[in-house]
Amino acid sequence: MLGAGFPTATIDRGIELGADAIAVDAGSTDSGPFYLGTGQAKTTTAQVEHDLRVLLLSAVNASIPLLIGSCGTSGTDSGVNWIAGMARRIASEAHLAFTLACIYSEQDADDLVTALNDGLIRPLAPARALSEATLKSCSHIVGLMGHEPISAALRAGADVVLAGRATDTAVIAAVALDHGLPAGPTWHGAKTVECGGMCTTNPTAGGVLLEIDHTGFTVTPLDAGAACTPTSIAAHMLYENANPFELREPPGTLDTTDATYRALDARVVRVEGSVFEPADTYTIKLEGSAPVGYETVTIVGIRNPAVIADIETWTDFLTMLVDDRVSTVLGVARDAYDFDVSRYGYDAVLGPLEPEHTSHEIGILFRVRAGDQATATAIAKVANPMLLHLPLPHAKSMPSFAFPFSPAEIERGAAYEFVLNHTVAPATPTSMFRTEITATSDA
Amino acid sequence: MPEVTLGEIADMVRAKNAGPFWITLDVFLDAEHYEAIVHAGTLSAETIGELYNVAPDTVLIFHVPTINAIKISFPRPARQGSLHDHDMHAGQQDLPLAGLVIP
Repeated sequence: MLGAGFPTATIDRGIELGADAIAVDAGSTDSGPFYLGTGQAKTTTAQVEHDLRVLLLSAVNASIPLLIGSCGTSGTDSGVNWIAGMARRIASEAHLAFTLACIYSEQDADDLVTALNDGLIRPLAPARALSEATLKSCSHIVGLMGHEPISAALRAGADVVLAGRATDTAVIAAVALDHGLPAGPTWHGAKTVECGGMCTTNPTAGGVLLEIDHTGFTVTPLDAGAACTPTSIAAHMLYENANPFELREPPGTLDTTDATYRALDARVVRVEGSVFEPADTYTIKLEGSAPVGYETVTIVGIRNPAVIADIETWTDFLTMLVDDRVSTVLGVARDAYDFDVSRYGYDAVLGPLEPEHTSHEIGILFRVRAGDQATATAIAKVANPMLLHLPLPHAKSMPSFAFPFSPAEIERGAAYEFVLNHTVAPATPTSMFRTEITATSDA
Repeated sequence: MPEVTLGEIADMVRAKNAGPFWITLDVFLDAEHYEAIVHAGTLSAETIGELYNVAPDTVLIFHVPTINAIKISFPRPARQGSLHDHDMHAGQQDLPLAGLVIP
């Protein structure tokens, strides 16, 4: 991922081996709905600019295209503009001249309401009904572009393509599909290398070289110390994908059921037999994140053995008293707020699925969500004396627990949730995306 | 005979989000254990439903013989990033499966 770093020597090695393009992903939904909800990136400018400088210098000097997908973590327009700003700054500082394409993938909720009413939006599993209100509640909606807008930008003369939200594979597949290479090996190869070195035996050693031809593809690690094995390559089809044999892309579905994986030597793997089935309907997947309230959190440590021994009772007692006090003191209706008590060191990570309960210390994370920040904090403050002193029911003395800081409350701001799991049928593969092409020069 | 867990016989058991709405679990085995577990039907939708407190009819199970892997996917019980979701990447959700005692 752009910003995660890589050894510069691996880029030089890829160019020596004759790479036709450098492609890298810069985003994911994996870190949660905040980034799409706010249009902010997970990475810092320093991280991304460092990687971008190396890639830009290498690609421009080698006269091969650089393609970056899902700019700014979530692929919002602000994410594309953020990286475009860095690219222009680097161009100016390093006296690089190139043609820059920005492809924007943010969607207007009103356009999607029209598509919804026209029956063009379909739910993905696990299916949830979609309403106009849900679409309009999103602070940002992006469509995951396929390879077509990226290919179109290359054909229009772009040397550097900064794409908004794209499928993880689209920036990798675009150049090969544009050269007329077959869709099966191209999409399968792109899926295999989407996380760079993840498909090797040494995931931190940098990227890989993907070579696609008319019967299959070959993957070579760019670090001399890393190796691809048939297992490491085949296993990547499982990664972050619900189905290990199929991958839906906008124009159809990759099917790897009959793919074969063969070691060409100790480091290089050849794959053949991948098939791509064009879909009846071309579809663009949507992602939308909506504000769902404001959060305030408190952390408190419990070391009291009696309370730890009966932590379930203590948690139930706390929950009951907080609800009671919020109702009595604040008069906030129960459906206007919610809170979560996680018990780190006991069962916070697995919850009811946790099989082991042998704690000597428990960290309580008390997390409140309400319609506005002031209410969320007011509820946390109502809970504060209980988080400090709540004994077990019928205990003879009052304990005091351990707050790590003062004030005990941390305001987390707006909270977001992903609310779209749908596809839309666009007029054409490029119609939902807007491309701007500009020249940078060292002038 | 002492009890053996799936985590002890597997090369790797891992969990991760497959998008914001799904959890996916991968079990990588050697050929012998893969054959035995697939043949015995150890990892059924019912077993997974019980382990993860999800409806069995929402559980997808795939056998990947080329790499002796079994893949299990089901909708996330708590939506990613929601108030009651405690594992943003679903990265620690392999533990219940790894702890499954193999008959």
